[in-house]
Amino acid sequence: MTLFFTILFYLATAALVAGLAYKIYDFARTPAPLSIPTTPAPTTKPGVAFRLAREVVLFESLFKGNLWIWLFGWLFHMGLFLVLVRHLRYFVSDVPAWLLFIQPFGKYAAFMMVAGLAGLWARRLFVERIRYISTPSDHLWLVLLLVIGMSGTAMTFLMHTDVVAVKAFFLGLMRFDIQPLPAHPGLFIHLLLVALLMILFPFSKLLHAPGVFFSPTRNMADNPRETRHLAPWAAQIEKN
Amino acid sequence: MAAPEFEIPKYREFPTVPAMVPDSMARVRPHVANEKIQSALGYPGALVDDWQEKAIEEFGNLLGKYRSLKVFMDSCVHCGSCTDKCHYFIGTNDPKNMPVARQELMRSVYRRYFTLPGKVFPKLVGARDLTRDVLDEWYTYFWQCSECRRCSVFCPYGIDTAEVTMAARHILDTVGYGQKYSNEILGKVNKIGNNLGLPGPALEDTLQGLEEDVKDDTGIDVKYPLDVAGAEVLLVTPSADFFAEPHIESLIGYGKVFHAAGISWTLSSYASEAGNFGLFDGDYQMMRKVAMRIREQALELGVKRIVVGECGHAWRVAYAFWNTLTGLGAGGDDPFAVELQKQLDPRYKQPSHICEFTWDLIQQGRLKFDKEANDNRVITFHDSCNVARASRMGDYPGGQFDIPRNIIRTVANKFVDMDEATIREVTFCCGGGGGVLTDELIETRVKGAFPRMEALQQVVDRHGVNFMATICAICKAQFTKVLPYYGFNMRLVGGVHQLVSTAIRLGDEQ
Repeated sequence: MTLFFTILFYLATAALVAGLAYKIYDFARTPAPLSIPTTPAPTTKPGVAFRLAREVVLFESLFKGNLWIWLFGWLFHMGLFLVLVRHLRYFVSDVPAWLLFIQPFGKYAAFMMVAGLAGLWARRLFVERIRYISTPSDHLWLVLLLVIGMSGTAMTFLMHTDVVAVKAFFLGLMRFDIQPLPAHPGLFIHLLLVALLMILFPFSKLLHAPGVFFSPTRNMADNPRETRHLAPWAAQIEKN
Repeated sequence: MAAPEFEIPKYREFPTVPAMVPDSMARVRPHVANEKIQSALGYPGALVDDWQEKAIEEFGNLLGKYRSLKVFMDSCVHCGSCTDKCHYFIGTNDPKNMPVARQELMRSVYRRYFTLPGKVFPKLVGARDLTRDVLDEWYTYFWQCSECRRCSVFCPYGIDTAEVTMAARHILDTVGYGQKYSNEILGKVNKIGNNLGLPGPALEDTLQGLEEDVKDDTGIDVKYPLDVAGAEVLLVTPSADFFAEPHIESLIGYGKVFHAAGISWTLSSYASEAGNFGLFDGDYQMMRKVAMRIREQALELGVKRIVVGECGHAWRVAYAFWNTLTGLGAGGDDPFAVELQKQLDPRYKQPSHICEFTWDLIQQGRLKFDKEANDNRVITFHDSCNVARASRMGDYPGGQFDIPRNIIRTVANKFVDMDEATIREVTFCCGGGGGVLTDELIETRVKGAFPRMEALQQVVDRHGVNFMATICAICKAQFTKVLPYYGFNMRLVGGVHQLVSTAIRLGDEQ
């Protein structure tokens, strides 16, 4: 099993990093030929940065759109964020004080995350409009994340695994010095699904994470009368 | 008005989300452009034999040219925030009119041909082959979108269905499946200079007639000049302003403002159209070609300022795209842009909206009004989608909401706003924008107007509103046609400059 997870995590990390890097490169190289911010929009770059920050941290547009989806979506994402930060301790040998400090928050944030996911799934199942627009993969993503969240929470609160050994395994992966992974069914499920998520990330709707930063309706400043905005392919037309 | 062959939606007691009625609008689609119309624009005359291959090729081409399309195809998570925001969904209950579902018509094809999971597990991720049925579905439902961008306000990733609709329509054009109404209009503007196909002499007659009417009415010689070289201002306005009611009332108003302020101005017969239907099909080159007429006239007439009349999508193209397409703006450093920009007066915004122009003059105290002249009117204001969500007026974000209202409050005493959930950035489309303003789509248009009619009814009942001002030629034409279906007088709609026209003093007050 140690060998299996070793190979799996090298593979998953490579897929995630390479896949995401390619997608981000692809988004970045594609021009936005016309000025299309959804207005009213900020007129300056700092204003745009502030707008994007509100979108990413507060989900401002979603808040305007639907309070229930906002509530569950925000709980899930903020829970996930805290949980991910907490997991950093498995990847650094000396845990800094601030990371120690947030451990309890990260632990209980797991409930936020699972509650949010459950709420989102309930809406997908029971609200007619949202059931209509859901594909099988939309349901499976929620199941995947729920099982990751619940297996992790279970290991924190119910059926503990040897976290010292888990940490040794991941530090070992990073130093190319393979250490044994504890045999624990909850841990195996948790890690297997996390690896699956990492591999699928660049091929899926999870691309909304980099996508939001590249969305022209949100990341463009409203200054078309003052600045001439010309894409390279459009400039070419002018020369003909 | 003949009795409609469809049911008019009933006003809701509470603003609940309608239950879905799948495929209720599947049979409503616009006429397909014929060979003559298509070939005039350089598109194939009829659906080409290898349409599937060509469509996928053009799809890939657009994905490489438009970041919006690429990011929007990848980013949607089907959260549902947009599902109850489209006026066409609210009015028709057809789930394919939910923004996400409309996008999904295209996204499902994107997944099938451009993503790995869609190639390997199409069913799992909702990917579909581009079959003839799917293509027909595109034609049906992408012509039930008015590109109003209301959904984009509520999307956590800013996904704008208008961009998706434009891409789909452009692909349809390139495989020979164009829409008659829009493409016929593009042919006219390219050939004659305006969407209505009015030649220069007809314009001249009309404007002379206007001068006589205004003289009869006010006793004052207000000029409506055409093709005057050396004028200070070139006014570009939607061609509906020359002929249609109530549009022409606003044109009369623009002339009175220029007269009262003593600023020389001209219309142009070559560039006699502010509207730009190239926007609706997302064809950059077509949009540029239409816009270039204005650049050419500005250079030829040697004007110092460009002002745009009351038209929603025209203002979007003028405000947001003219600088890009034709160098008409400021800040350019390339020879093409500089040639025009050195001619234009840098003290003014280029281009300016007629409302910005009028409001500036009001603030300078250069216009005087008899507000009481509008006392027979209780006025509300309908924000037009392209002005509200795709452009701006004035110096700060949101100026596009305040300036028209400021003008109305200056020229009239009685003004009330409609429900705040239906105005400003979340305004509902009139139901006729984006290239659907054609008779065979009347069902789409009447049902799409439903949320606006609901909000209008409220202020009619509570405040006795009898005038809905708007600054869009399409809104005016659409409401004139649709208001009677909801039991309103068609004269309830009019322009902001119609109100200005009623109250402005033309004498020697200055």
